[in-house]
Amino acid sequence: MPRPGFVLDVDKSTPPIMFWRGENFSLEKLPADRSRVIYAPEPHKPIDDIDAAIRHSLLNPIEMDPLPALLFPGMKLTIAFDDISLPLPKMTRPDIRQRIIEAVLDMAAEAGVDDVHILAALALHRRVTEDELRHQLGDRVYDAFAPRGLLYQHDAEDPDALALLGTTDHGEEVEINKRAAESDLLVYVNINLVAMDGGWKSTATGLASYRSLRHHHNTHTMQNSRSFMDAHKSELHKSNWRMGEIMRKHGPKIFQIETNINNDTFPDPFAFLSKREWEWNGRDRAKFVATQAALKRTPNRIARSIFHGIEAPHNMTSIQCGEVEAVHKVTTENVWKQQLVEVQGQTDILTMGIPFICPYNVNSIMNPILVMCTGLGYFFNLYRGKPLVREGGVVIMTHPTPNEFHPVHHPSYIDFFEQVLTETTVPHELEARFEKQFAEDDWYRHLYRTSYAYHGVHPFYMWYWGSHGMQHCGKVIIVGGDAPTVRRLGFTPASTLNDALEIASDVVGRSPTITHLHTPPLMVADVK
Amino acid sequence: MKALRIDRNTGRFMLARLLSGFDTGSAAKMGPLTYGTADAPDLPGNGWHRVYPRLTGICGSDLATVEGHASTYFENWVSFPFVPGHEIVGQLDSGERVVIEPVLGHAARGHAMPFENAAPGDGDDYAHLALPPLEPGIQIGFCNSTGGGWATELVAHESQIHRIPDDMSDERAVLIEPLAGGIHAALLAIAHCTNVEEPVIAVQGAGTMGLCAVAGLRAFAPHARIIVGARYPTQMRLAKEFGATTVVKSSELARTVRHAVGCHIVGDYLSSGAHVTIDAVGNSDSIETSIKITRPRGRVVLMGMPADVTVDLTGLWHRETELKGAYTYGTETLPDGTKRRTFDIALELAATFRVERLLSATYPLGDYTDALRHAAEAGPRGAVKIAFDMRQDLSRQEKNR
Repeated sequence: MPRPGFVLDVDKSTPPIMFWRGENFSLEKLPADRSRVIYAPEPHKPIDDIDAAIRHSLLNPIEMDPLPALLFPGMKLTIAFDDISLPLPKMTRPDIRQRIIEAVLDMAAEAGVDDVHILAALALHRRVTEDELRHQLGDRVYDAFAPRGLLYQHDAEDPDALALLGTTDHGEEVEINKRAAESDLLVYVNINLVAMDGGWKSTATGLASYRSLRHHHNTHTMQNSRSFMDAHKSELHKSNWRMGEIMRKHGPKIFQIETNINNDTFPDPFAFLSKREWEWNGRDRAKFVATQAALKRTPNRIARSIFHGIEAPHNMTSIQCGEVEAVHKVTTENVWKQQLVEVQGQTDILTMGIPFICPYNVNSIMNPILVMCTGLGYFFNLYRGKPLVREGGVVIMTHPTPNEFHPVHHPSYIDFFEQVLTETTVPHELEARFEKQFAEDDWYRHLYRTSYAYHGVHPFYMWYWGSHGMQHCGKVIIVGGDAPTVRRLGFTPASTLNDALEIASDVVGRSPTITHLHTPPLMVADVK
Repeated sequence: MKALRIDRNTGRFMLARLLSGFDTGSAAKMGPLTYGTADAPDLPGNGWHRVYPRLTGICGSDLATVEGHASTYFENWVSFPFVPGHEIVGQLDSGERVVIEPVLGHAARGHAMPFENAAPGDGDDYAHLALPPLEPGIQIGFCNSTGGGWATELVAHESQIHRIPDDMSDERAVLIEPLAGGIHAALLAIAHCTNVEEPVIAVQGAGTMGLCAVAGLRAFAPHARIIVGARYPTQMRLAKEFGATTVVKSSELARTVRHAVGCHIVGDYLSSGAHVTIDAVGNSDSIETSIKITRPRGRVVLMGMPADVTVDLTGLWHRETELKGAYTYGTETLPDGTKRRTFDIALELAATFRVERLLSATYPLGDYTDALRHAAEAGPRGAVKIAFDMRQDLSRQEKNR
């Protein structure tokens, strides 16, 4: 029986706590009697026979006919799937998307369906490489479909491949992939890592155009999503659900397949990263010391490739399919079961170690914009109820934050960092002054469509993602970050955690309460 | 008079060149520059005045000479020994304060004017610069007959003299000459895009000349998008204060120009680019970059003195880029068609831009090694313009008189 999440009150006997620092980590001693550490629940047991569970689910969907009943000869079938931003880190082969899509294809073949397209739901993310596609879908699917042009990636900038389905009563245009829109059946294959994934967000975001996405990927929506993980309090969720209504009325029939995975994040050599420090045995401690020392001497590029090579043992704990909203309701409940940790009250200072990965730097570089987004966009929003840190409190992150960008994946991020953040870091101001130009830049568009670049507007979205956190906190400090880079982000650099706590005292006084979010593994704090 | 003097001494030029790689101060000490007393130059004739420098700036071209990097091109256009220094605010015998327009033009040399009321820098025949009655010299600071500003005395012709008002400080006045140079380059840039609604003009380098060009651009092309590539924080701040639309690190200039015009990148060339680029650096890399970031059939205004450079000009040929030199000032045609002398414009704009902000430090003539070292390291040390201050010498001379 996996243990639930746990909040540790730090006392003098508490060992130092592990903080992520990008492609390395450190042990930090937190002040006794006013600090606490939140640990994620232990991984739930995965399903023993995954293929059987998939088949059972396809045959027993929620509020919809079984999949075989929806398939008929001569139909247009499109299978869309979540891209490489999920799961993190990538899972060991076979990826569950492969297993599900193979099962769907088997049923389609049995039904005599021969017009099948498989579509990576990229939204404005970078295109997925062949290796990455093979990892997600397996060689059999790739070799059968890709060479014939039947496995491809959504292109949010191809005017000939988009269809406008309608406009919501809030004036939001719903424009999605044309092939998906014109299909007799759209099967969406999701991996749910956090509560905001899935539901109408799969299609209304994953298959949308910039014209459509701008209605909810903006400062207003992000600042009014409290948090992204809590559907009832998320403007992002509401906007996607309004769009879903349009899709329900004017779009294709959608057969939504959602999966939950457990939070078994690190394979054996790195398993100590998921353990509670006081439970580390001698072997864990030795591994930590050796790994940390080795990483210190390892060039960044190599350390990055070691970490991005990690294949996580996380696996499927449930699968449900059928009608979008009904399916998503079950999925969300399952996410809460795995991730929710009850926490009493807010804190003056929230500390978080920023790891090597976030959804937007898979096989890439965690650039400064993504450090901000991971800290203030993702980790800050890992709450339900109230933010973990009180309004006007301080967030302290640990990350080296080098001024380093992947030139192929993040070209517009470089310009955003150099040309926009030098002017302003205020989300609504940079949105008004700069977003349109970046979004419509022909060169970025070209790189997004033909190379492996995130869309020109993407760094703006990352900035908006963190805008609620920025608005909420009195100060943000990055420990161990490159000082000029940290300042460019509008934050305060500090050399050590103690220095950071000293700096924070200007805002929260001399004896603040401190909470450390010990993630990954992922969790959501249910703040009472 | 006290003076710093450059002698024709090939060995010392070579030594300076060698030492400048390590330390400009040592190059100044061991090179062709010497400090001592010398006879004041004779007045060449009617219309000439004695000028007692109050402040004289150290320019990039002066540094190039002291460090032995100046092009051999100048060998026939200067006369040794000469006293360097051409950014001069001084004082006449009458006590009036003046700034000097240093080019030794037709009027100063008694040659026929190229047109009525021509400025010293005007004309399309430079023969007068090398012919008697004066020794050869493109300007004060490179001519044996006139002396230069790195001394306590020199001579200047009435055509070169601009009297300044009492309320203009010496610190502002000493920047008039470089400001005029910047305005001239800016007007050459603007002339290439007069019909463009919102021209994109890139400026490479934000030392004194780059910053003065930005001021000129902002004054005469308020609608232009001025993108400046600078190396140091002080330069970046000043470029912004002088009116640049965007200021980025030099290494980011190409990306920024690309983004501003929304073009593609082909190889390491922009498919389009700035309408005009002002190159205020003037070395091989900067010229090559200027060509790469300027749109086909655009103009590169070369303001930084280049000396020997190695540049692949295939891009220039293919893109039909115009490479335009911008040595100095004269009579300008403004965007509205009116004609004015650059120095007059500079005298007006100096207050608008508070150019005295660019003067970072002054040194007595005797501390020339420290001064030149500071000037050579101005950027990394957070400085812009370094000048010699002769005002104490001048008060002593006045007392003795």
